[in-house]
Amino acid sequence: MSSLAAGPTKTALSGAAVGRGVAIIVAVLALVAVPYVIGQLYYVNIASQVLLYAVFALGINVLVGYAGLVSLGHAGLFGIAAYIDAYLLSAGYGHTVAILAALVGALAATAVFAALSLRATGISFIMITLALGEIIWGLAYRWISITGGDNGISVSTRPAPFGIALDSPQAFYEATLVIFLMSIATVAIFVRSPFGAALCGTRDQPRRMNALGYHVWMIRFGACLFSGLLTAVAGILFVYYNEFISPQALALTASAEGLLMVISGGAGTLLGPVIGAALVVIVKNVVSAYITRWNFMLGAIFVAIVVFMPEGLVPGLVRLTRSAWSATGRRRTAPVPAGTQR
Amino acid sequence: MIALAVSSLCKSFGGLRVTVDVNLNIAPGERRLIIGPNGAGKTTLFNLITGEIAPDSGSVALFGRDITRMPSRKRTHLGMARTYQIITLFAQDTIAHNVTLALLGLSPLRWNPLTPLDRQHHLAAQGRQALERVGLAHIAARPLAQTSYGERRRVEIAMALAQNPKVLLLDEPFAGLSIDERQDVRKLLNAIPRDVTIVMIEHDMDTALDLADRITLLHFGEVIVEGTRAEVVADPRTREVYLGE
Amino acid sequence: MTFWLLLTVNSVTFGGLLFLLSAGFSLIFGLMRIPNLTHGSMFMVGAYLGTTLLSGALGFTLNFWVAAVIAALEVAILGALMERLLLRRLAGQQLAQVLVTLGVSFMVADLCLMGWGGDPISVATPPHLNGFIRFAGAAFPLYRMAVILIAVVFAIALWLMLERTRLGAMIRAGVDDPQMARVVGIRVSQLFTIVFALGAGLAGFAGVIGGPILSVYPGLDQDMLPLALVVVILGGTGSLLGSFVGSIVIGFLYNFGQALLPELAYFILFLPMVLVLVLRPQGLFGGQIL
Repeated sequence: MSSLAAGPTKTALSGAAVGRGVAIIVAVLALVAVPYVIGQLYYVNIASQVLLYAVFALGINVLVGYAGLVSLGHAGLFGIAAYIDAYLLSAGYGHTVAILAALVGALAATAVFAALSLRATGISFIMITLALGEIIWGLAYRWISITGGDNGISVSTRPAPFGIALDSPQAFYEATLVIFLMSIATVAIFVRSPFGAALCGTRDQPRRMNALGYHVWMIRFGACLFSGLLTAVAGILFVYYNEFISPQALALTASAEGLLMVISGGAGTLLGPVIGAALVVIVKNVVSAYITRWNFMLGAIFVAIVVFMPEGLVPGLVRLTRSAWSATGRRRTAPVPAGTQR
Repeated sequence: MIALAVSSLCKSFGGLRVTVDVNLNIAPGERRLIIGPNGAGKTTLFNLITGEIAPDSGSVALFGRDITRMPSRKRTHLGMARTYQIITLFAQDTIAHNVTLALLGLSPLRWNPLTPLDRQHHLAAQGRQALERVGLAHIAARPLAQTSYGERRRVEIAMALAQNPKVLLLDEPFAGLSIDERQDVRKLLNAIPRDVTIVMIEHDMDTALDLADRITLLHFGEVIVEGTRAEVVADPRTREVYLGE
Repeated sequence: MTFWLLLTVNSVTFGGLLFLLSAGFSLIFGLMRIPNLTHGSMFMVGAYLGTTLLSGALGFTLNFWVAAVIAALEVAILGALMERLLLRRLAGQQLAQVLVTLGVSFMVADLCLMGWGGDPISVATPPHLNGFIRFAGAAFPLYRMAVILIAVVFAIALWLMLERTRLGAMIRAGVDDPQMARVVGIRVSQLFTIVFALGAGLAGFAGVIGGPILSVYPGLDQDMLPLALVVVILGGTGSLLGSFVGSIVIGFLYNFGQALLPELAYFILFLPMVLVLVLRPQGLFGGQIL
């Protein structure tokens, strides 16, 4: 991405940049048009799910793909945001207060999670995040006086930003789309920034980064906060989508699904988590209609991807299209299983 | 003022004493060569100096400032740069990006999560300069994975020099290089101006001998001989240490 | 008073079960450097297999202990198969191995659901241990005392195995320094299979003998895995003593927590783990996870 290449300086209007800009505009327009093209409300709802889980996956990817830190506790952060929002709403507070409190609360929890988990890297990071996620799940399940336990908390209304009601699936979809676009734009900016480059550096060579003058722990901590923020946003979208939150959403399976979205799509890429989210949500919804054994499928897909296609779909497809066009290019992706230790 | 002062530095791993009461006083602009057979504790000494491991006792001072308890990254900010025996660069990125990361490490810009990195033209210009110094500016856009070992070694040196260090620590910079590549690196090192103090570890005495002003011979973690090139070469203990192996 | 005594006994019993579960987990982690996320599943599978073996559905009735051993062996074989077919393919890639164990745990959970249904299955206490010991004016279930005894016996046996046998020496070498162990000629990959199978078998055995206490239900794996995790983080990986002490501590925290502060039980359970992470990341007894 550095423009040190000897040769003609690239102007902002180079062919590739224009092409990319057009593609983005077309994609956004297509996404906006989805509820009008797809008639059935059931599918519009699935589209909303895809988008909100895409935000979740983007959040996880900040850590897994760019920081090289694999977390199995993200459903806990997701759930904290959702529960705080739901709890405050049921206590009579307005949406603005509830949402803000949820974001702040989830960020605070993220800071604590990060401080604990960053005591280690690699495998131990996974273990600690798993344990922390389990604590939150256990609290949601047992602290019945606050969380309602297995009964969960219902949310009766959705927010109405600028007076626009979000009760219909189409309206909710468009609102979710706006948030999704903002989220992915934020991640794109982040990745291209110096901090993003530093983060990727700590993923690849943490010892070297330390020697080069970077504060590796602090960089990772910052990444955790960003990841937590995106996850919290997804959690809030989730609770308004379902108008309900229960401990099920915080279970280990939920964290595993999130991780699957990232690694199936391709960790360390911008679109990977989005495609992975689409894949997992669609398969889960379609499969559930025919087979009640989603967990088995989830596990099997996990195993299959890790064993046979570790770099995920997006890098795989990119590789294929690149070799089809016979162009050489610099990859900025990180294959998931190897090299994320230490 | 002494550029790098190491006083009574000691380190043990379990029962094994790897650094035994080492004293070094390196003058500004000096070229110091640290030699010794394998297992003499040279790299450990470097790790102690740069702060990657903490000593059991003793101190390290950089231009009079005690840095013994300072974390590595802060020492880098004070002007210490280093290369490693095993090259650990960012293989998935271009040569240019590797140098950019080195430049960014000392810049407050590294905390910026908003502006695009590739629009930072001053960084790009500085990086180009650093690569020109080592003769690699023409392949700046090449992915590191497609470079030769010798080229990577030069990238590493470019990265270290890009940080404008006051003290440059080189850990076996000639290791694994072909004869031609060694010449390139030697020319490079010779060209470094005297406002940079250089401390170099080399296992193979012949290669680095003429680069050194003073030589310190380490064996089993202890300083055995220290002095000018001529003194060390003539000293009978030097022969003992090497031939005794 | 009796309440506290019984709670204490239950805690020690549960600690004993946890030890059987986490000793294997700790060894696997210490040797192979991965947290085996199927460990809870192995416990559950063992328990389910035990119920089938004990139900007489196979045409004959089995002694409780025989059934436990058979179930343990079956689970050990499953563990060995998983290690050889899946984990070994990913040798050296610890992250991938952990994810594979995660995936397999989900598959196993659903398979158990398919095989044994969604209703909890209660397991009868073996008839000869059905009674009580009377002591200090309280009646202590004989079975729970037996479980404590079994855990202690296994602890001693494992310790002897590790300290006195060749296999144990190889395991210890592998835990301390896998690369060195290879250089010295220890067949590390074979060792992995053996230890993995041993860990799985222990977990399966624990599942069966835990049956009369915990019963068997879908989600048992999700309940047990975090406990094993906490024990090992607390006690350090690769450390038998750490597993033992950690198990007792968690056993007490779990039972007392449930009894006194049920809503915050999980929090109480994990609190020491959090403290250990903050103060002493390598666990109370060393080990090199961090």
